[in-house]
Amino acid sequence: MSLEQFKNRNVGTQNYTMLDLGESPKTGWDRFKQVARRSVKLELFTGLKVTFREMIKALFMGEMHTVKYPFEKLPISPRYRAIHEMKRLLESGHYRCIGCGLCEKICIADCIRMDTRYDENQRKEVSEYTINFGRCIFCGYCAEVCPELAIVHGGRYENASEQRASFALFEDMLTPLDQLNQQQEFPGYGAVSPDADKKIKKTPLAY
Amino acid sequence: MDGYIIATVIKAVLVLSIIAALAGFGTYLERKVLAFMQRRLGPMHVGPYGLLQLAADGIKLFTKEDFIPSGANRLIFMIAPMITAATAFIALAAVPLLPEFTLFGVTVKPIISDLDIGILFVLGMMAAGLYGPLLAGMAQDNKWGLLGAARTAAVFLSYEVVTGLSILAPIMIVGSLSLIDFNNYQAGGMGDWLIWKQPLAFVLFLIAGFAETNRTPFDLIENESEIIAGYATEYSGMRWGMFFIGEYANMITIGFLASLVFLGGFNDWGFLPGGLAILLKVSFFFFFMLWVRASWPHIRPDQLMWLCWKVLMPLAVINVTITGFVMMV
Repeated sequence: MSLEQFKNRNVGTQNYTMLDLGESPKTGWDRFKQVARRSVKLELFTGLKVTFREMIKALFMGEMHTVKYPFEKLPISPRYRAIHEMKRLLESGHYRCIGCGLCEKICIADCIRMDTRYDENQRKEVSEYTINFGRCIFCGYCAEVCPELAIVHGGRYENASEQRASFALFEDMLTPLDQLNQQQEFPGYGAVSPDADKKIKKTPLAY
Repeated sequence: MDGYIIATVIKAVLVLSIIAALAGFGTYLERKVLAFMQRRLGPMHVGPYGLLQLAADGIKLFTKEDFIPSGANRLIFMIAPMITAATAFIALAAVPLLPEFTLFGVTVKPIISDLDIGILFVLGMMAAGLYGPLLAGMAQDNKWGLLGAARTAAVFLSYEVVTGLSILAPIMIVGSLSLIDFNNYQAGGMGDWLIWKQPLAFVLFLIAGFAETNRTPFDLIENESEIIAGYATEYSGMRWGMFFIGEYANMITIGFLASLVFLGGFNDWGFLPGGLAILLKVSFFFFFMLWVRASWPHIRPDQLMWLCWKVLMPLAVINVTITGFVMMV
C-alpha cells in the first residue's frame, strides 16, 4: 500500500471491495429457494457456535472482559495526570522537595501554596504545602518544572469529593515512610502504559 | 383411597415448590449464561457467585407496591397473572418427571396423575395459558399492553397448530397419548428414540416450543424495543413475578415434553440412570433456550406468521401424511 492511498481524502473514490451477497430473490419461488438453502446450510448454527466459543473463552481461557472496578483497576497510562504524589529520597527517606517554590510559581490555576523556613541545619524545610484540588486543573506544569522529581502525578484518579474545595496536605501526598521500598519512580510522560504489550494487536506497518 | 389423595397432595405440593424454585433459579441461570456468552461475569455480589441474587430479587418483588392502574378492569387485571402461573403448573400434573423409585418401601410414581390423554392435557393447559397474557394486556388500559395482547393471541393460536400437528406423527407411531407410554416405547436404548424416526417433527416441535414459551427468536409479545413490555407493561411486584415464574415453568415443561417424546424420556441412557438422564436432557433444553437467546435476533410479527403458516404448518402436515403412508404400508 503506497502513501498516496492514505493521502487521498476524497470519499467515494477509493477502491471498495463489495460483499458478494448474490442476487436478491425476486419471485416467491426464488424466495422460497433462498429460505430452503439457508435452512439446509444450517447458517443459524454459526451464530450458536460463536456465542458458545465466546463462553468457553470467557470461562476457561481467562478472557473475561469484566473488571470488578472498585476492587480491581486497570493499569493507567503514565501520561495520565491524576492526584499528585510527593516522592522521598530512597537512601535517607527524607522528602525530595527542596522548597524552591517553582511549582507554586508556575501553577496557572494558583492552587499550590507553600511556606518554607530554614531548619537547624540551615537547610530549606517545607513547613506548609497544600494543593487545592478544587482549583487544580491537572495541567502537569508543577511536575514538569520540579528540578528534583519531588512532585509527580500519580495514578489516583477518583477525584469525587463532598466539598468543593478539597485540600491535600504535604503529608497526604508524601510516600509513607514504611512503604518507601515500594515507591515507584515516575516513568515520564513519554512512557508507555504498563499493559501496553497486551493492548497492541497488530504492528501498523502500512505507515 | 385416602392414601392416594394424600400422596397426590404431597406430590402436587412438592412439584409446585420445586418447579417454582427452579423457575426462580432459572432467572439466575439465564443471567449467568447470557453474561458468560458476552464474556461478562453476571450477578456476582449477592452471596457466593451471586447465588443469593435470587433471594434478593424475591424480596424486591414481594415488597414492591401492588399497583393497579385507575383505568384498568381490576378483577381481570388481578386474575390474569394467576392464570399464567396456574396453567403452567397444572400442565406439569400429567408429566412424569422421573422414573419410578422406592422410598421407605413404597413405590413412588413421580407423576401427579397418569392421564390417558396426558400429552393432550399438557398441550391444552399450555394453550389455556394464552389467557394470562391476553387478558392482562386487554385489562390494563394501556396501548402497549393491548398490542402485546394482540400479538399474544396471534402467536399462541398459530403455534398451537404447529405443536399439535408436529406431535401428531409421534402419537400415531406410539399409538397412545400417555407420556408414560411414550417413555416405554423408547425403552430400548438410544436407537429407539423417536427423534431418529421423526427428526422433522422434533425440529418443528422445538420451534413451536420456543414460540409458546415466548423465548427469543419469537419473543415479540413482550418485546421491549417495540412495545415496552407488551402485556406486562403495567404490572409490577409479585403479579409481574407470577408471569415470570409461569414463563420459566413453561420452559421447563417444554423441556420435559421434548425429552419425553423425542429423546427417550427417563429410560436408562448408557451408564446413566434414568432420573439423571432426563434431568440432563431437560437441562440441555433449558440451556439451549438461553443459548439461542444469546445468539439469534428476534423476528418481526409478520415474519413469525409467515414462518408458521407458510413453512412450518405445511411441513407438519406433510410429515403427518408421510408417517401415515409409511405406517399403512
